[in-house]
Amino acid sequence: MKNPSRNDTGSKMAQGATDALERAGFSRRSFIKGTGALIVSFSMGGAIETLAAQNRPLVFGENAAADSPPSTEVDSWIAIGSDGIVTAYTGKEELGQGMSTAQIQLVAEELCVPFQRVKLIVADTSMTPDQGVTSGSQSHPANFNRNNLAGACATARQALLELGSKQLNIPADQLVAVDGTIRAKNDASKKVAYADLVAGKKFNLKVDTSAKRKPASEWTVLGKPIGRPDMAAMATGTFEYAQNVRVPGMLHGMVIRPSAVGANLMDVDESTIAGMPGLVKVVVKKNFVGVVAEKPWQAIQIAKKLSVTWSPAPELPKQETFYDHLRAQKPVRDTMLVNSKDVDQKLGEAATVVKATYLHPYQMHGSVGSSCAVADVQGDKATVWSPTQGVWHQRATLAMLLGLKPENVRVIFKRGSGCYGINGADAVTYDAALLSQAVGKPVRIQLTRKDEMAWENYGFAFTIDERAGLDAQGNIIAWDHEAWAPVLGNRPVYTYPGNVITGFLVGFQPEEFKPRSPAPEPTSFSNNSNAIPSYVVGHVGGADHGAGTIKSERALLHNVVSPFWTGPLRSPQRLQNTFAHESFMDELAAHAKADPVEFRLRHLSESRMIDVVKAASQKANWEARPSPNPHAKSTAGFATGRGISCVAYEGDNGFSSMVAEVQVELATGKVVVKRLVVAIDAGPISNPDGLRNQSEGGALQGMSRALGEEVTWDDHNVTSIDWKTYHSLPLGFAVPKVDVVLLDRPDLPATGAGETAITVVAGAIANAIFDATGARIRQVPFTAERIKAALVG
Amino acid sequence: MSLISLKVNGKTHSLDVDPTTPLLYVLSDDLGLTGPKFGCGLGQCGACTVLVKGQAVRSCITAVEAVQGIEIVTLEGLGTPDKPHPIQKAFIDEQAAQCGYCLSGVILTAKAFLDKNPKATEKEIQEGMSRVLCRCFTHTRMLRAIETAQREMAR
Repeated sequence: MKNPSRNDTGSKMAQGATDALERAGFSRRSFIKGTGALIVSFSMGGAIETLAAQNRPLVFGENAAADSPPSTEVDSWIAIGSDGIVTAYTGKEELGQGMSTAQIQLVAEELCVPFQRVKLIVADTSMTPDQGVTSGSQSHPANFNRNNLAGACATARQALLELGSKQLNIPADQLVAVDGTIRAKNDASKKVAYADLVAGKKFNLKVDTSAKRKPASEWTVLGKPIGRPDMAAMATGTFEYAQNVRVPGMLHGMVIRPSAVGANLMDVDESTIAGMPGLVKVVVKKNFVGVVAEKPWQAIQIAKKLSVTWSPAPELPKQETFYDHLRAQKPVRDTMLVNSKDVDQKLGEAATVVKATYLHPYQMHGSVGSSCAVADVQGDKATVWSPTQGVWHQRATLAMLLGLKPENVRVIFKRGSGCYGINGADAVTYDAALLSQAVGKPVRIQLTRKDEMAWENYGFAFTIDERAGLDAQGNIIAWDHEAWAPVLGNRPVYTYPGNVITGFLVGFQPEEFKPRSPAPEPTSFSNNSNAIPSYVVGHVGGADHGAGTIKSERALLHNVVSPFWTGPLRSPQRLQNTFAHESFMDELAAHAKADPVEFRLRHLSESRMIDVVKAASQKANWEARPSPNPHAKSTAGFATGRGISCVAYEGDNGFSSMVAEVQVELATGKVVVKRLVVAIDAGPISNPDGLRNQSEGGALQGMSRALGEEVTWDDHNVTSIDWKTYHSLPLGFAVPKVDVVLLDRPDLPATGAGETAITVVAGAIANAIFDATGARIRQVPFTAERIKAALVG
Repeated sequence: MSLISLKVNGKTHSLDVDPTTPLLYVLSDDLGLTGPKFGCGLGQCGACTVLVKGQAVRSCITAVEAVQGIEIVTLEGLGTPDKPHPIQKAFIDEQAAQCGYCLSGVILTAKAFLDKNPKATEKEIQEGMSRVLCRCFTHTRMLRAIETAQREMAR
């Protein structure tokens, strides 16, 4: 590997910080845990507590590893070197979403140092706190509010002011932090550098969640559209991805996955590859089969030639009838989210009852670069370079897989190709480690396109029934949501290596499916990935938690066992549920002969939702009228329309609304999206250009998923195994104009950002197709054939 | 194995490799280049793209023996962080990437296309990029950056 200490922004760990640690004779972890260097004297916590006492749950990383740097200690997050460089440590990774840039901005802002003087160390179990996984629009709320990184920075600034006060003999309230120094407000010559106050020493302070954050009105770095420091390296091909990691003496691996879903290994005949150039070893462990060779092309050829016999596998459920299969499958695990217990009665009293069923396929992460990792397992120790979204999770489960102690496993995050959730990253890290352990040398493996696509943890398929009642005035008086979704495996978290394919092949079981029916009545509120429509009151435990006004409500989820691995894919379940809710809301508006925007506003109570709906519709010059558009059909055989949708992401973790404008070719059913307008509220905006980039990408990725993406299979195997069989929109399709409207909320908490735009796309496009044609499309993806069928039907 | 002479980014290399090895593996593992990337191994996505005599070529399906002695340029050979090519500069200025894994395909395909079609319209540029994948869907910024570079290169 060219530069093992290089961090994700392409820069080295701050030399001052490393030097300070080394001078003090500490590794990063013992530095934090140690008791010998209590030089900074403003400790409020006294002596360092026992490990167990330090293991407090993280805000978004509950059950953190016991030996993680404790999230409650400032020293877990921040170190100031003798050169004045501030090194920050984070568990929230740069996955391409701009999180490193925004976190550097945060640290620079709170500690009053220039952006260039902050070095960020990202996700390495030898250095950074356990923050669970980087996923689900949780990074912004986790690290930009009062806990974790932001809280540590604010606490450190407060401490530096107090230290400066002692040093300068000036009261702290007459001092300011400027450019890495503490100085007198009225005399810039009276100052002391941070480095002279704390270089190489510990803060020895608890994160003070009441420490004063800098108000957004005073921000000069945070909130600005600062460009990503990794961009130049990416554009010139010099950025080091996980796929580029090379370590001395490294060999190359390849895996041979089962011939069919559920097949068991019968025989491996090594005679078919005897004497092939570069062959090092064939590795077999239960159903796991891999090969190791000197060079990657050799490994690929050997894997192809190796004769492997698998048992026959049971037939997969037919894809043509899969959505009905979900509904009929046993056993089930039922979860009731809200239940006012009067839905059937209210529907009986309604002037109109509307019912519809929405279908969403399995979709895949489909990273452009197939997943890749490098592992070096030597004796009882292992080091891996992995694009995993959770280094501490990976460490715990890798230790189980290899039979090592977790503390002897180091997982270093290296950015891979964009993942959008759990792609093959965790599985391929296991692959690399199993092969490395078998040969006692470092092994790199990058999956084939087919192995990536056929065995990843897909985003959930869904069958969703919606029912609602309208009164005589066209107001919704009851809403019933009932969904079926298949699950198998998940993220491995700390204890389930069998939640992904490789762990399963070596004998670990996925997290047990626990049947439960009927569902217990809800006692505490959970939005449960937007299972609850935005328009109901969400009444649980004596209080309303929802974003809407409808009092008669029921939301029920049935999970069943999936034939394929499943896991979080960008906006997991939230996207599928929102497609159903927002399509159905449009159907209700049409029944009520109401304008879809006005109809939504009428049933919302949450002001932030109301604001994003208004912002998107205003930007799109929304013409208030019911759908479908009576004047939509033109003589040229094309019809144009517009649709709106919106979401309170997870109920309260970000808000977005989108207007889609489409053109439908009536003879073919082909839809062209002309324009997408999306309004986003993510709380205070940390980097407006980064948020725009995420929202633009979310809009178009959502469009690709809505129009073309679907996992397909035959009797035994997944058949969408490359870019000809899984349909992602390439760079050359007619790209719509994308307008992003950012609503800044400087005085509110930071919320999720990266998954809000994508959540509303399918609904907006389906509603625009209806507006254009009067045809309702209730099944994703909206292929031309399906639209044409809906036009005829 | 046989001795192959490769001319990459202005340097000539003599390598003892299996001549049927796809060029990508030789660039990545024998020459240690980080620009071209394995995406699909099928020539479908573009992540492995290099320029061979100015043409955008998918190195994952091009045998190394087929490009012996011919000038090959990779993304890092096109420009450097200090001295980027106008297309690279436009991508940096427009922040036209998210994960950035696809950029060899996007930037080098655009380079070959613009060299051949300097006056291409917006629609023609989109068509020229029709076989390149970006799964972060940074499409709007990328197409804008290509048009910015087109103007810059015409000056």
